[in-house]
Amino acid sequence: MDVKEIIKPENLVYKKTKLMTDAPLSYCPGCGHGTAHRITMEVVEEMGIWEDTIGVAPVGCSVLAYDFMNIDMTQAAHGRAPAVATGIKRVWPNKYVFTYQGDGDLAAIGGNETIHACNRGENIVIIFVNNGIYGMTGGQMAPTTLPGMKSSTSPYGRDVKTMGFPLKMTELVAQLPGTHYVTRQAVHTPNAVRKAKKAIRKAFEIQKENKGLAFVEIVSNCNSGWKMEPVDANNWMVDNMFPYFPLGDIKVDGELVK
Amino acid sequence: MAKIKGAIEVDVEKCKGCGVCIPACPTDVILLAKDVNGKGYHYAYMENPEACIGCVNCAVVCPDGVISVYKVKVA
Repeated sequence: MDVKEIIKPENLVYKKTKLMTDAPLSYCPGCGHGTAHRITMEVVEEMGIWEDTIGVAPVGCSVLAYDFMNIDMTQAAHGRAPAVATGIKRVWPNKYVFTYQGDGDLAAIGGNETIHACNRGENIVIIFVNNGIYGMTGGQMAPTTLPGMKSSTSPYGRDVKTMGFPLKMTELVAQLPGTHYVTRQAVHTPNAVRKAKKAIRKAFEIQKENKGLAFVEIVSNCNSGWKMEPVDANNWMVDNMFPYFPLGDIKVDGELVK
Repeated sequence: MAKIKGAIEVDVEKCKGCGVCIPACPTDVILLAKDVNGKGYHYAYMENPEACIGCVNCAVVCPDGVISVYKVKVA
């Protein structure tokens, strides 16, 4: 059977969701941000809530998320996305509000806002993309950079004696009583993408039921910051990031997973 | 049992040639082209279209969402 006979509208089984705009993504080739954007929008589309969803874009690589996600969005000052989302959710309690943040935004400059929004148990979804580096500004060391990992501001590797340990933000917020669902996922393989999508779906369902804050971390790659080919970066992530940032649910239904 | 045939369509101008779809394909259908697109990236294409089963794995991992998947049942 010829390929042209198969490629017909009636045989379509998968295409990019309509909630992603046609603007070409500004991310580097192979960056997990694009996949994370798409699965978030697929969840919004499947739940039929695109007219009631408001996203908050961060500062960082994903600052232009509002150009790519075809829903109502705003953009917060650096690190302040959970505070802005808090305001939006309190004014419009029936809307679905989520923030989409990277590790430089959420764990570094926005650490305080994140912890307090989680501690207040605001009814929002936080999507946290962790790639262990400041991608947009040129690969500087982030709070989540691994020990010994080279970056442009730790050229001999992160020395934990002077630079501290990588911050496990997700484990940290799981300890707070305000969070209802805390999980860590990845988007490097088809299986991982499907699991991450389920986790984001669950997070939005929790917001629908007003149960509290849902926090989804997505461990991702930064192949240009790590100076690797995209596929090598994904393999490096499996070998090095996952032992320190293990995947799986950390808190489900307000109870820590043992 | 009906056999399933699949095919993918790549938005060539938006593909960045990252190659993440290549290890995701269970039947080794996809490779990067020798030619480049308008941005200078070696885009993904079906090297071995006969083997495609339309599993959508490549489209699911594609960071830029440039892959559409089609599938038919062949009696």
